[in-house]
Amino acid sequence: MKLVVEGVSKEYVGNNGEPVVALKGISLEVPEGEFVCILGPSGCGKTTLLRIIAGLERPTEGRVLVDGEEVDGPTPRLGMIFQDYSLFPWRRVIDNISFGLELAGVEKADRAATAREYLDLVGLGGFASAYPYELSGGMRQRVAVARALATNPAVVLMDEPFGALDAQTRNAMQREILEIWEKTRKTVLFVTHSVDEAVFLADRIVVLTARPGRIREVATFSEPRPRNRTSDGCAALRRYVLGLIDEGQGGA
Amino acid sequence: MREGFGKLWNGGGARNLRWAVLPILFLVAWEIAAILIDNPFILPRIESVASVLATPFASILGTGSLVHNASVSLQRVLVGFLVGAALAIPLGIAMGRWEFVEELVNPLVQIFRPVPPLAWVPLALAWFRIGLGSMVFIIALGAFFPVLLNTLDGVRSVKRTWIEAAMTLGARERQLLVRVILPGALPTIWTGLRVAFGIAWMCVVAAEMMPGTSSGLGYLILYSYNFSQVQVIVAGMIVIGLIGLGIDFCLRQVESRWFRWRELER
Repeated sequence: MKLVVEGVSKEYVGNNGEPVVALKGISLEVPEGEFVCILGPSGCGKTTLLRIIAGLERPTEGRVLVDGEEVDGPTPRLGMIFQDYSLFPWRRVIDNISFGLELAGVEKADRAATAREYLDLVGLGGFASAYPYELSGGMRQRVAVARALATNPAVVLMDEPFGALDAQTRNAMQREILEIWEKTRKTVLFVTHSVDEAVFLADRIVVLTARPGRIREVATFSEPRPRNRTSDGCAALRRYVLGLIDEGQGGA
Repeated sequence: MREGFGKLWNGGGARNLRWAVLPILFLVAWEIAAILIDNPFILPRIESVASVLATPFASILGTGSLVHNASVSLQRVLVGFLVGAALAIPLGIAMGRWEFVEELVNPLVQIFRPVPPLAWVPLALAWFRIGLGSMVFIIALGAFFPVLLNTLDGVRSVKRTWIEAAMTLGARERQLLVRVILPGALPTIWTGLRVAFGIAWMCVVAAEMMPGTSSGLGYLILYSYNFSQVQVIVAGMIVIGLIGLGIDFCLRQVESRWFRWRELER
């Protein structure tokens, strides 16, 4: 289950008719089971990169391979968790989670069992028959995680999934996503603009420059988990990464 | 004095009965006017209307009972309404989903929408002859546009994230339409259906006044007019109003039960 991004560039026509280069020559290899954060200032094209990997957008140049197979559109092999709430509000929590299984034609009893399993995994066992509007933001994102995992994707893509949450919930969700990741050992690509978040979560941090988004550097971080956000290792990496971002923006 | 009235108006028990104040005043005014005018061909007394309403199964002037005529009208409106909705919903979804369909169809919609369904009566008679066919045509036409426009609105209100989430979970186009776009648009479509039913109900009564009709509430009213049975006309109007109210109530109930998520979703 290896994810390969090969020379991906994205150009589009902006509002004033001029071509805008959002991404330039992005190449990246992610081995199975790794937790990778894509970090960059807003507008650097990190969400675009994730959407290209997900098959939701086509790159202008380059390609994305999953296990040697080119991605040419959205596929359940690449699960995605969106920043804004993407749950179907007319479906109960359990039916949201089993949506992908339903599409694949899985038997009713089997998909109920699988959905329950993932519901328990994200710690919402008691909310099977609740509707999304009855849940808090953090709970909704947990359901979204369960829904994305239920179809057993090779790679899980997360687009600033905790961006809309308050700081406390955000920290709790970060710990929880690591627990889930340790249990499932999925390959994770996690987009964020928060250096803190990336340092807490990632095996590797891909730092992008501001527009056009290029890879500034890939920082490897081997500090064992659970990490202490205030440890020397975390602080040093945070300083280093912040430095990279400032340089990338041409500022400070 | 004003304070006393305020107390009465806002008091615990009175609060639930406030809605009844104006209708009761209306009935009183009607009765007083009827007594003063003293001409049942202009304004019948309440009792004479009530006595027509009290015997809903009695045949009226040989045209069948109130219940019979009401059920005939209901059947017609249901057929016409279903035909109109069955055409409008798929077209609305197609227009909302594929831009080229909208570009293609929209000019015709804009041209035909302002034409009142009743303006089609002569053509309807020429094409479908007198009878169910022409009535269904008129009613379906009346129901068609509100359903179409609301369906279009509803499809446009479907969040892009829902569609993209479904795609990353493996949804193909047909699955997207059936499992995401349709349920996502359904609350808005339902509003359209409610509006459409109101219009369809008006259309059926008017359509039943077309020449050659021999049953239905619209016919009953027109027929009673020819015999100067004003109390039957008013009774017929009341039945029309009550049925319209009842059906709207049912549709609202469904709305508040099934589509609560639209209001509660942030």
